[in-house]
Amino acid sequence: MKAAVISFPGSNCDEDLVWALNTVCGQDVDLVPASATALDGYDLVLLPGGFSYGDYLRSGAIAKFAPIMPAVRRFAAAGGYVIGICNGFQILTEAGLLPGALQANTSLKFICEPEPLTVANAATAFSSAYSDGQSLTLPIAHGEGNYYADAATLAALEANHQVVFRYAANPNGSLNDIAGIVNARGNVLGMMPHPERAVEALLGGTDGLGVFQSLIDATKGAADAKRA
Amino acid sequence: MQKELSPEAIKAEQPYLTWGLTTAEYDRYAELLGRLPNFTEIGLASGMWSEHCAYKFSKPVLKTFWTHNDRVLMGPGEGAGVIDIGEGKAVVFKAESHNHPSAVEPYEGAATGVGGIIRDIFSIGAKPIAVLDALAFGDPHDPHQKQLIDGVVAGIGDYGNAIGIPNLGGEVRFAESYTKNPLVNAMCVGVMDKAKIQKGKAAGVGNALIYVGAKTGRDGINGASFASAEFSETEAADRSAVQVGDPFMEKLVMDACLEVTRDYQDQLVGMQDMGAAGLVSSTVEMAGKANSGMVLDLDLIPQREPNMTPFEIMLSESQERMMLCVQSGSEDAILAVFRRYDLDAVVVGHVEEGHRYRLLHHGQVVCDVPVSALTSDAPVYHQESRRPQRLAHPAPHWQPRLKNGLTTLKTLLAEPNVAAKRCIYRRYDAQVQTNTVLAPGADAGVVRVRGTHRALAMTADSNGRYLYLDPEIGGAITVAEAARNLVATGAEPLGITDCLNYGDPTKPEMFYELAESAKGIVAATRALNTPVISGNVSLYNETSGVAIYPTPMIGMVGLIEDLTAISTADFKEAGDLIYLIGATAADFDGSLLQAVTTGGVAGTLRPLDLAREKADQDLVLAAIRAHLTTAAHDVADGGLLVALAEMSFGRGIGATVEVAMPQSWLFAESQGRFVLTVAPENQAAFEQLAGAAATLIGTTGGAQLAVTAQDGQVAGDVAELTKINAEGLACLLK
Repeated sequence: MKAAVISFPGSNCDEDLVWALNTVCGQDVDLVPASATALDGYDLVLLPGGFSYGDYLRSGAIAKFAPIMPAVRRFAAAGGYVIGICNGFQILTEAGLLPGALQANTSLKFICEPEPLTVANAATAFSSAYSDGQSLTLPIAHGEGNYYADAATLAALEANHQVVFRYAANPNGSLNDIAGIVNARGNVLGMMPHPERAVEALLGGTDGLGVFQSLIDATKGAADAKRA
Repeated sequence: MQKELSPEAIKAEQPYLTWGLTTAEYDRYAELLGRLPNFTEIGLASGMWSEHCAYKFSKPVLKTFWTHNDRVLMGPGEGAGVIDIGEGKAVVFKAESHNHPSAVEPYEGAATGVGGIIRDIFSIGAKPIAVLDALAFGDPHDPHQKQLIDGVVAGIGDYGNAIGIPNLGGEVRFAESYTKNPLVNAMCVGVMDKAKIQKGKAAGVGNALIYVGAKTGRDGINGASFASAEFSETEAADRSAVQVGDPFMEKLVMDACLEVTRDYQDQLVGMQDMGAAGLVSSTVEMAGKANSGMVLDLDLIPQREPNMTPFEIMLSESQERMMLCVQSGSEDAILAVFRRYDLDAVVVGHVEEGHRYRLLHHGQVVCDVPVSALTSDAPVYHQESRRPQRLAHPAPHWQPRLKNGLTTLKTLLAEPNVAAKRCIYRRYDAQVQTNTVLAPGADAGVVRVRGTHRALAMTADSNGRYLYLDPEIGGAITVAEAARNLVATGAEPLGITDCLNYGDPTKPEMFYELAESAKGIVAATRALNTPVISGNVSLYNETSGVAIYPTPMIGMVGLIEDLTAISTADFKEAGDLIYLIGATAADFDGSLLQAVTTGGVAGTLRPLDLAREKADQDLVLAAIRAHLTTAAHDVADGGLLVALAEMSFGRGIGATVEVAMPQSWLFAESQGRFVLTVAPENQAAFEQLAGAAATLIGTTGGAQLAVTAQDGQVAGDVAELTKINAEGLACLLK
């Protein structure tokens, strides 16, 4: 599997994703600057956490205009797997690749905590290594992770089983305890918790490995299908 | 804007008096110049001769510090100090105070404190891997203090979170003494290849000076001299002396500068951040260190506002700016790196023959002074020192009259100094960079060092209560306490950085506190083999003549050579044996119990036995490294019972303990103590190692913390105690 981690100016979890995918999971990974305009040859595109362009406006509101974003849209439209984590999730909603928006936490404060989650849908390319209802603990670290969507959108998300992760003890006010969702097609995921921060026992847990393992399996499947 | 007086008018009207220079200093400067200084030149001296830049009052004290052992690669004098940690790597660290700006504008003051200390670290060529902060406020029940705390915490969080450097903890203290003068001390730790240490120097005639980063504006003008004066009640007028931070800009500057140090090591002559006294201090210090001359063209300095005067350009403390000296001919390649990050980067001057510091503005020479007049020839004062009255006639030893041990325990657990600080540190990203082994809340923060088999432990500690009673012993205790925090995680202390927070040094009593505490710090650093490799001084922490407790903040870094021998404080399982290391006595003077009960501290401290301290710390370290312990915690604020309670919180495991001491001694703050737990199968091996130094006091297990003393028992429900501790501060700050 060959993955591209997009590095926006102000991204600060980009190297952590490279570490998780490459050093820990043994995959090929490139750090691709947001000034690039093509994503040819990749099986997976990751939008990392951080504060893209400083996020002085709305989180992700500037990043959606980055030169790389048309390529990300094309990649997603072609069915490629895209995952946005934390700021990456915010960018995906701003870019319209995922529905809804991420507002300020109800406390109006940044929260960094290990957070208990449940797997709401293990039948996605991003969560197949887990089982439905499985409890996980993944770190969160955000000031704007309060997921909002209008009632119709929420109903559609629920009806289509697009909610992949839910908070067990909602820390930020997210509607329906949403911590992560996929698009209707199932190839674009956004999540506020940081799976890349939970891939080594030394650092407190390995519950995040499942996300990467799922994607490794999914891209392997896709590559095999292409060959056949 | 300042009206530019003529040299003669400056002499007559003495505007420099309001910038912190004395008439005698003005005369000294004029003598060094051989003529009357012009407006720009005297402005530069007011910044460079401030305590913040010149250490004119503290230098004689700082000279007494022990600064080198065989592991120190670079001691004080550069942006930060450097210590060898093996496997080709070095750790770089420094702490800096931002007390004055934070008092006036808490959010930006604290944020720019973090930003400034981060620049000090990457100016050496090190990648910042952690920030810590030591904060001190007044009573958190006071609405004004709450607002102050919220602003400071938000500022630290927003800056560190955005730039992507994990916050590994530190401390938050509360005492009446900090009400008008809060302490905001930020520390940053970096790691680098030890072969790539950069220095802040500008050498080689014709080599270029490159300005990088944010444009220069009218913010923080002459902040260094602002920080070197006492507050009056009319402090609001000083708001323009506080800077505004931009962590996004800093991240770009940091990443670009680290790329230059990596890819252009041979072409990069020196690098320094623009901190206190901005452009003038960075450039003239670089010239001074290399014994060079220098010329700068101020018209080339990127400016945010029109019509800035040379005085304003040179003394602005706009943030996120760096100065590089690069070899002639390499300018274009290095400028290209910065352009890729969309940063302003401009060649603004050159190293010259001779030893003059020259500034050009609109084609005129607006400054032409010897480099040394602004650096090595700054005055140094040997202040008069006088023991304060309170120390000459101390109160007799204070003894608590305990009514109910459990009630006292609950009071202390909820007291803001002991209460859990989670409501504060959860606002800081502690895990970005994915190296954090122990996050805030542990005895010390621990990060693994990539590319090695090692980890670094770090802490930031102070205890002004003790120093108020005895600056010398208190100074030693602060160093020893910091070391205990590291040792409890399994780390060998390597060295320290300090922020020396005191009152007005021109008052003999204040200078006494500074000088005496330095004696204690020196003795402890020698005994514990932890040289001082960097630091800063924050004097004038007074408002309307009332000073803070003398409060040296000790930032300490330690080395863990075995990633499997990292220890935490929580009881791991029922049935482990509990040992106490160190002796307990009726040490209540300066204790938290005394502060809580009487509203202040009084009395005298028992001298710290540094030899015993070192031996016991070595013992704890040896036991952890031999995998003989299951938990380790130092005994600090609130004494043994509080320490035991804290160990029970993590996993909700209680303990049954019996001690041969009166109940009140459970709250004594005798120094040099640790609590360890040992699995039963390791009892023999541990006791053989520890000998008489460890006393078996009990066993872990159950839902109760039950401690039997000679005159009664204290028994509390662990879940209830946990809740009290968790909510003590959180409820106040809601």
